[in-house]
Amino acid sequence: MVGPARARYRRRPLTPFLEIRDIEKRWGHGVTVGPITLDIARGEILALLGPSGSGKTTMLRLLAGFEVADGGRIAVANEDVTTVPPARRRFGMVFQHYALFPHLDVGENVGFGLPRSPDHGAKISGALGLVDLAGFERRKVHELSGGQQQRVALARALAPEPRVLLLDEPLSNLDPSLRERTRRELREVIKRIGITTVFVTHEQEEAFDLGDRVAVLNTGHLEQTGVADDLYEHPANLFVATFVGRANVFRGDSARVLGGNGKGVVVVRPERLRFADAGLPGIVRERRYTGAGAFFLVEGDDHERFEVLAEPDAARVGQRVYVEATRVIAL
Amino acid sequence: MIGRWRRIDLAAVALTLLLGWLVVYPILVVGTDAADGSAIRAFVTRPGEWAALWASVWISLLSVILAAAIGIPLAFLFEWFDFPGRKTLGSLIALPVVLPPLVGVIAFLFLYGESGFVARAIQAALHLQNAPWRLQGAVAILLVHAYSMYVYFYLFTRAGLAKLDVSMLEAAQALGADARTTLWRVIVPLLRPSLVGAAMLTFMTALGSFSAPYIFGGGFRVMTTQIVATKLNGDLSLAMVETVALALVAIAGLVLLRRTEGDDILVALGKGIAPRPRPIRRASVRRLATVLGWGFAVLLLLPHLTLLLVSLVPYGAWTTEILPPVINFTNYRRLFRRPSDSGRCGIRCGWRR
Repeated sequence: MVGPARARYRRRPLTPFLEIRDIEKRWGHGVTVGPITLDIARGEILALLGPSGSGKTTMLRLLAGFEVADGGRIAVANEDVTTVPPARRRFGMVFQHYALFPHLDVGENVGFGLPRSPDHGAKISGALGLVDLAGFERRKVHELSGGQQQRVALARALAPEPRVLLLDEPLSNLDPSLRERTRRELREVIKRIGITTVFVTHEQEEAFDLGDRVAVLNTGHLEQTGVADDLYEHPANLFVATFVGRANVFRGDSARVLGGNGKGVVVVRPERLRFADAGLPGIVRERRYTGAGAFFLVEGDDHERFEVLAEPDAARVGQRVYVEATRVIAL
Repeated sequence: MIGRWRRIDLAAVALTLLLGWLVVYPILVVGTDAADGSAIRAFVTRPGEWAALWASVWISLLSVILAAAIGIPLAFLFEWFDFPGRKTLGSLIALPVVLPPLVGVIAFLFLYGESGFVARAIQAALHLQNAPWRLQGAVAILLVHAYSMYVYFYLFTRAGLAKLDVSMLEAAQALGADARTTLWRVIVPLLRPSLVGAAMLTFMTALGSFSAPYIFGGGFRVMTTQIVATKLNGDLSLAMVETVALALVAIAGLVLLRRTEGDDILVALGKGIAPRPRPIRRASVRRLATVLGWGFAVLLLLPHLTLLLVSLVPYGAWTTEILPPVINFTNYRRLFRRPSDSGRCGIRCGWRR
């Protein structure tokens, strides 16, 4: 989008590029995903975060067109694509195991979705250059490392210039040591192209780091959508509070001691608890050293257990302690 | 530990002896018998020999093509589309492979031969004087081959399709490929090892096929029937030369097909999930798949069903009628009452006979 088109878009910044309206998929045995409504802005990276069985992969497959929705609609740039087959949707997809064609070399893989044209070769080189694999055209797919395969899959999905990029657990197949770097590179490439992206993950860190916004799914329902800070500091419910980040849940008297209003549940992050001279009493049962700090597992007098993140030498195992909260989330 | 070593050694020795007796010895026998100058000269100079060899080759090649044309579409139909009876029929149509070739040929004779069901039915329906056709020559051999060897393509293709990673197909779709492009640029290349394997097996089986050319060949000679004819004429050396020639063709075919198999690593890189059979949404397509599935299954199993029927007709009770006048278990009872009808052959039935 260039020139006047971009200017027009800027004047209507609230118009979503990818619209998901009451989309619903009913499986057998009464399992239902949705109805889910989500708006994704042009160029935005949205993370679909949830545990297994939460319906996040179904959502991605509905977007790609591999599953047919039982209700609702999906639109891209005001074009309804709900019933458009995947081949004509112009959505790029990177599969969890990459799904590279083993009988084709890297160049042929990347060129698969490109029409025959004089600049076929140039487009392939361009896409490979984008993922830092220039000159890899004639390499066999199985000779590449996991990280390189992932980048070939990304280049292949981006080469036909899709309208939306979909990523299914894009980093789950990589070594943990490689993940953080790949995540940064992936975000950098996506932002450079400016393509609207939806990706699925079950890891909070990945969702926070790669996504502009995160949609938390649970048992087929959308629990909350927001930027990482919002989800962490202002979770909409107990599920989001406990699924996104570490969380201690307090009820009743303990909740009141920590500063709750006496009704409902209080959630406190481990780093928002600290040892003090007075507060919630308990005994340190375990200490897990992480380098920068240590997690202390404390057992309260009501036998509830909670974690405190503090300086490594803040307490000893077996020591009687008092704990106070610097910030509580009342739900 | 020592005891176990001994057992392994013993097994190795036994296996070596077995292989030597069953594989190496026959080859040596054939080889030494064939190393006869005059026999080789006779083979090279006689045009009949070359004609028979060439007939074996093109019959085998055509058998591969015909078997592929039946087996591959069937595999797709039964592996990918869900319709009533799919599972049962899917295993039933692989049945011909477990029956000896001679049984299949006889089944064909009963069904499509001059005095078989179909010929008689047409003769009666059209009030013809004679049978409408004679099941003879190359066409008859090819028909029998295609009918019995499609199973190789069917089984291999189904196994290949079951191993196919569904995300490959989805990746092709997401990249804008239509069904035809996906088939030719993704599915067929990924199935290539299965297809080449099936082609090899079919080619070899057709090359060594004896029952069909022997019973339906008539004046049309292929190498296997030629070998038997030569041996019956008493020219053992020439028969052995012919055997060696056939074996060389088989090896050449094997090498050529091996080449086309390629050295690509065609295993999926990730752990893939095989495509599940698709439930067909449109009623008309579903009906069509069901009709096709059942139609093919019945057509392909008809010869063997015929055998079953014929086995229930007492000897001599059925002469000119289209359908058998009597059906009972007399033949089965005879089989169990007279043990001398079977099992007398013993060691004399070994391979050298």
